[in-house]
Amino acid sequence: MYKVETRDVNLFYGNTHALKNVTMGILEYQVVAMIGPSGCGKSTYLRLFNRMNDMIDGVRIEGEVLLSGKDIYNGGTRVEEIRKKVGMVFQKPNPFPKTIFENVAYGLRINGISNKKFIEETVERSLKQAALWDEVKDELKKSALALSGGQQQRLCIARALAVEPSVILMDEPASALDPISSAKIEELIWELKKKYTIIIVTHNMQQAARVSDKTAFFYLGELIEFNDTKELFMNPKHERTQNYITGRFG
Amino acid sequence: METVSTVSFPSAETGNRTRPPFQFPRSSFVYARESVVKVILLLCALVSVFTTLGIVVVLSVQAYEFFQEVPIWDFLTDTQWTPLFSDQHFGILPLLTGTLLTSFIALLVSVPLGLIIAVFLSEYAAAPVRKTVKPFLEVLAGIPTIVYGYFALITVTPLLQHFFPTLSGFNALSPGIVMGIMILPLVTSLSEDALRSVPSGLREGGYALGASKLQVSLSIVFPSAFSGIIASIILALSRAVGETMIVAIAAGQLPQITLNPMNPVATMTTYIVSVSQGDTPHGTLAYNTIFAVAIALFIFTFILNIISFRIRKKFLAVGGD
Repeated sequence: MYKVETRDVNLFYGNTHALKNVTMGILEYQVVAMIGPSGCGKSTYLRLFNRMNDMIDGVRIEGEVLLSGKDIYNGGTRVEEIRKKVGMVFQKPNPFPKTIFENVAYGLRINGISNKKFIEETVERSLKQAALWDEVKDELKKSALALSGGQQQRLCIARALAVEPSVILMDEPASALDPISSAKIEELIWELKKKYTIIIVTHNMQQAARVSDKTAFFYLGELIEFNDTKELFMNPKHERTQNYITGRFG
Repeated sequence: METVSTVSFPSAETGNRTRPPFQFPRSSFVYARESVVKVILLLCALVSVFTTLGIVVVLSVQAYEFFQEVPIWDFLTDTQWTPLFSDQHFGILPLLTGTLLTSFIALLVSVPLGLIIAVFLSEYAAAPVRKTVKPFLEVLAGIPTIVYGYFALITVTPLLQHFFPTLSGFNALSPGIVMGIMILPLVTSLSEDALRSVPSGLREGGYALGASKLQVSLSIVFPSAFSGIIASIILALSRAVGETMIVAIAAGQLPQITLNPMNPVATMTTYIVSVSQGDTPHGTLAYNTIFAVAIALFIFTFILNIISFRIRKKFLAVGGD
């Protein structure tokens, strides 16, 4: 069974048909990269899984989006519950203007958890998982805004991990970072795939090739090709895919 | 090498010899006009600077004369304010407590209400609702204060007397409440600006963790905009402290040290009104009191404005990124 899956999903922004009949399934503990030119619908597709598209006025979604086999749009599950299972990391690091500790603890606190020991343990574990603990363990009371961009992004990953999701969505998580921070994020993705299913949108094809097991190529709202990463880059089935990965357009 | 460069790019010197340099028509006239405009603009800008300086100078000189006769210590500590009586006392405290009491009541009304409206408009209201509600709020800011004053005296005070039979006809409560409504748009509008300028990425970060709208509004957006909100409150407070007409009409103009909102009070502003309109002869000590009160008021609101300005600057520095 797929961990997340879409069946014939169509998405409209007003009159714009942003996703066209997208059917795709992602297995647990896989890293799947979404590539494609700007405006191809890959970010929109990513945001189906934690229903972040819902907040946009005039959006209409058809088809089925399944998380562990359950329809997350019509299954009667509250949207907040879905978002606790599906974490998200954004393009621009967006730490809250709180301390480092409180940033990671936020997801627990809004769920009404107040057990101090449990929160402290979770914060430590999450920061360790995000490979940030050693850098910040002595300054947990400092403002998160004082961290560097790369540290902020890993803090945002730790924050997402603290609520123990099973799927992590990453929307160009390294595109605003310098090469070294970017490499750290990629290493981290390798570590995290042992425990999480990860879907990552990226503009960087080398990055897609390095971190992902499977790659999906989107073009104008359609899923053109979805295959093992190696296969897709070495031996693309479609001309459009080939043109895109060889840099002939996009 | 040299020949190539001279052939393809003739030097400025060669160019000058072959054709005269391009001249802008009537260039000296254009330049003259430019500098005249510059001077006029500068003078316009200086008007505001000199006005402020002029006010400060006039107030200081007159207040200096006053403080020649009344020690500043008495002014700050005496508990009675009776410059127009035969037994003269010049203690600013009754006027200060009157001002603080009415302003405090105004804040009690405008801050909670204003912040709730601001959060609603910025986080909850759909665009059409916001576009309808905002103009109505801004109309509140445009109502002449004299209208508010009569509203306080004729409508609000009798209404309050239903609930508080001991309320005197002139009191601090009613003008305080009405003043709160007057400064409501100030609190709402500036706070809403602060809330809306919180980057949407922060909200998304909260929603992505499964936070509800209320949680995002209260625990992420509100604290992020906090300094902007504080600045709006201080600005509103300084507006309330300087407000004259509403308290002059409905507060009773009785200088007494009291924290009971049921009692009539006089504020610094209303005292100045009553003396400058009354028959107190110019140049007397009693008359000069208004300058002492005015400069105290000026310093008071000036400090509030500076605090608000500082906080806003800090807020912009943080919120800008």
